[in-house]
Amino acid sequence: MLWPDIVGFITHVLSRHRFRTIVLWVAIAIGVVAVNLLTALGEGAKSFVLKEFNVLGRNTLIVLPGKKETTGGMPPITGESPRPLTLKDAASVSRLSSVKAVAPIVVGNLEASYAGKIREVLTVGSSRDFFTIRQLNVAQGQMLPALDLDKSEAVCVIGNKLRQELFKNQSALGQWIRLADTRFRVIGVLKQGGTSFGFDMDDVIIIPVANAQSLFNVDGLFRLFTEVRIYQELDNVKRAIVELLKERHEGEEDITVISQDAMLSSVQEILDTLTIAVAGIASISMIVAGILIMNMMMITVSQRVKEIGLLKALGATSSTVRVLFLCEAGLIASMASVSGLLLSYLVILLANMYFSDIQFYSPWWAQCGSILLAVLFALLFSWLPAQRASTLSPVEALQGKQQKEMT
Amino acid sequence: MIELSHLEKRFQIGDQTVHALDDVSLRIEQGEYIAVMGPSGSGKSTLMNILGLLDRANSGDYILDGIHVSKLDEAERTRVRSEKIGFVFQSYHLVPRLTARENIELPMMLSGIPASQRKQTVDDVLGKLNLMDRAHHSPNQLSGGQRQRVAIGRAIVMKPSILLADEPTGNLDSKSGEGVTQLLESLNADGITLMVVTHDATLGARAHRQLNMLDGRIV
Repeated sequence: MLWPDIVGFITHVLSRHRFRTIVLWVAIAIGVVAVNLLTALGEGAKSFVLKEFNVLGRNTLIVLPGKKETTGGMPPITGESPRPLTLKDAASVSRLSSVKAVAPIVVGNLEASYAGKIREVLTVGSSRDFFTIRQLNVAQGQMLPALDLDKSEAVCVIGNKLRQELFKNQSALGQWIRLADTRFRVIGVLKQGGTSFGFDMDDVIIIPVANAQSLFNVDGLFRLFTEVRIYQELDNVKRAIVELLKERHEGEEDITVISQDAMLSSVQEILDTLTIAVAGIASISMIVAGILIMNMMMITVSQRVKEIGLLKALGATSSTVRVLFLCEAGLIASMASVSGLLLSYLVILLANMYFSDIQFYSPWWAQCGSILLAVLFALLFSWLPAQRASTLSPVEALQGKQQKEMT
Repeated sequence: MIELSHLEKRFQIGDQTVHALDDVSLRIEQGEYIAVMGPSGSGKSTLMNILGLLDRANSGDYILDGIHVSKLDEAERTRVRSEKIGFVFQSYHLVPRLTARENIELPMMLSGIPASQRKQTVDDVLGKLNLMDRAHHSPNQLSGGQRQRVAIGRAIVMKPSILLADEPTGNLDSKSGEGVTQLLESLNADGITLMVVTHDATLGARAHRQLNMLDGRIV
């Protein structure tokens, strides 16, 4: 039997048994849609999280106080409190030739008040470099002044939401905000930026790091952002910082330096696993569709026993009969999976219009994979019914019998 | 030409063995018109199925136009069947979703003849059977006699040398039955070997040779 005839024959069958065709079509399409949408969800979440992490830029190294062991083993139980990371450490790091900018960070929550209005606000003590490293821009006024790290100055830059809460429509620039017991003059307002890294940069107050240390009464830094001049030198600088701070801390390596890439890759790994897991769960719906295909094909074979007998009497070989049934499942699976794919494009498009923050997209491997899987399952699950059809004896099939009674 | 020698066919029903064919030997020349008659269970249908290569005998030999068909494998038997043998069934066995034309075309399609080459042959058959105006009707739009004519068209479209008809008029009224019988006889007159299995004594009497079967034997 020639291919165009096979396709024509199957199309006849499919259009004749409309209900069965639609049920199979829907089942397979749902499977494909499920795989694509859940993968798109995973990928969307991944790109969202990665975007959050990306605000730092590739050239950034983060120095944390304390040695973070990733090789396992028990953490120290008593006695060893990590040596703090100090402003002097930050200053010495900033003198390394390959380091472009250094932003020490001290954070905490304080009450900010203005004209009787009080609000608890995230307070970040840092330097002017913080703005460049975090890619923050001011909408009004200016950034923190370029001070020596240990110099105080009673100025602050505030987030846009904080400005609205405290000043309403009044101009904030030049006004004095009371933070704990100290007054700070507002010299800038941040551009509306949204959340990043879990910090809501719209509801924040940024003051010089030395002021923050005295407000919180701490010597140590929460962490130290370091920007390297050239990306290729990242590893060298990382080693240099470790060596430098080891020397400064009396030969003890008690800091951790992580790069953006290292952080990203570990997060990415977790999220990739998540996406694959989700896609795997969605594939179960394919198996369900496959079992439905098997059932439907079994019923078809029983219903069409006489026709199978006739085809055999008229010159169809066993393999022709098998090919007819396999192609029937394959054809419907491929058409249904393509329409499922188109449907998932549509849903993803709508989701992207609705949630502008998150970019959902189904990666190529999910698209190809879902179609291949659908067709493969269709063929696999219709193999048994097709085999049964092909081995029917023409005499008995013509009489409408399925069971062999001969010896 | 058909030559059967010492054919045996046994069925197991429960713990009883039934001899559907019991040492049947037979020789049929090309162009003969034969009626196979006998009561139910006498082995008529079994003989037909074995002659039509739909079934295999347990023992004995079957030579069809010089080919030892009992020694062929399933695929070769299918090919021989599609080239040399046409079937006409009592209940027509038309594919309901296909038109008259497509039903007639089916054996050519199954044996891989391209559509371009099929058209002329099918047109000829439709013309011969006077079905040109019914070509695009589906079987349920046709009368019994027309359905059987379509089935006969399908049986002869591959230009077989043997036509096996199992009660071809069994489901028809006497007028349509007469039409179908005349059609079969005219095909026989053109040279095809015609073998009719029937209960109908008058139909059987029209054949040039009668085979009476009883308990799996030709008597």
